[in-house]
Amino acid sequence: MTDEEIRKIRKKNNLILGLILVAFVALVFSITVAKMMGGATLEAYDHVRRPQLEDIK
Amino acid sequence: MTETIIKTTSDQTDFGNYISLLKPRVMSLVVFTAAVGLIVAPGSMNVVLAFASVLFIALGAGASGSLNMWWDADIDSIMKRTQERPVPSGKVSANNAMLVGLWMSVLSVGMLGLASNWLAAALLAFTIFFYAVIYSMWLKRSTPQNIVIGGAAGAFPPMVGWVAASGSVSIEAIGMFMLIFMWTPPHFWALALFMNEDYSKAGIPMLTVTHGKKSTRNHILTYTVLLTPFSIGLAFTSIGGPIYFTLSIILSLMFLLGSLKLFRRNEKIATEDNYTDERKLFKFSLFYLFLLFTALLIEALMRSLDISLIAWPQVF
Repeated sequence: MTDEEIRKIRKKNNLILGLILVAFVALVFSITVAKMMGGATLEAYDHVRRPQLEDIK
Repeated sequence: MTETIIKTTSDQTDFGNYISLLKPRVMSLVVFTAAVGLIVAPGSMNVVLAFASVLFIALGAGASGSLNMWWDADIDSIMKRTQERPVPSGKVSANNAMLVGLWMSVLSVGMLGLASNWLAAALLAFTIFFYAVIYSMWLKRSTPQNIVIGGAAGAFPPMVGWVAASGSVSIEAIGMFMLIFMWTPPHFWALALFMNEDYSKAGIPMLTVTHGKKSTRNHILTYTVLLTPFSIGLAFTSIGGPIYFTLSIILSLMFLLGSLKLFRRNEKIATEDNYTDERKLFKFSLFYLFLLFTALLIEALMRSLDISLIAWPQVF
């Protein structure tokens, strides 16, 4: 394999890897947004008494 | 792993060779069965999370494929069917295959946990471990039952999909698992009948090598009979219905007839026609699984649209 061929393959591989990384970042962002929209586990104390979070016996 | 195997690895390789490491054809079956498992599960899942879950289950399958190629490079280089895989052909080094497999395992399990739930992630981790360690490293080279027990690795994806969506294992998930688990032996033994030379040369104790082809033909028939109740039984769970039931009856009968045909054939006839019926059964078995899972998908679609053909009993 000539230097030129190696350079070409390397460039192509780097480009594909770059695109995969961008897609991965976009996916993680989308997962975060989807999870936050679900909001199922986001309830927490915010300096106000929240009776629904306390054990009522 | 022996020293004899791998051709010199070039410094730079095409990206496509790394994709081949992940066994894309196996991945496509995993994507399909996992997606069906996820879609037919009760409850609704955000479409982004569902997509991500299936993607990470597929990546997990790819990771185990890469680890398998790293470990099996020595025998892959002997078998005609696998000689052109990236590691034995020298396109990717064994070490790189191992690193890709390990990092992708960590990534897929971690991300599936974040996208869905940690039970699904744990099941995926176990699936990767089962395929790479229990099957590839241990069973494959040590027992003719390799395919029977190792089949569990391929049977987990729909269960992982189900758990990703519903958060728990149930009878339906076990039913889908059993369907693929019982389907795997006749599927692979049909392949082994016409690929026997490969396995024999590589010293893999496939049933065809250790017990002969006659015994393998008996086993194919026996396992197809054992598969049938699991295939039809799934119709009477919450994910089954009349369409799945009808299809499972027809396909099971066809599978049984095909196996019976192989059972009645001998080596002389099979060699003369270049294993035509064995090849047919192997191809048919792929269709069988694909159509049954498609039927489950149709049943789920009909349920979601509230379309009911007839009153259907749910026994399990």
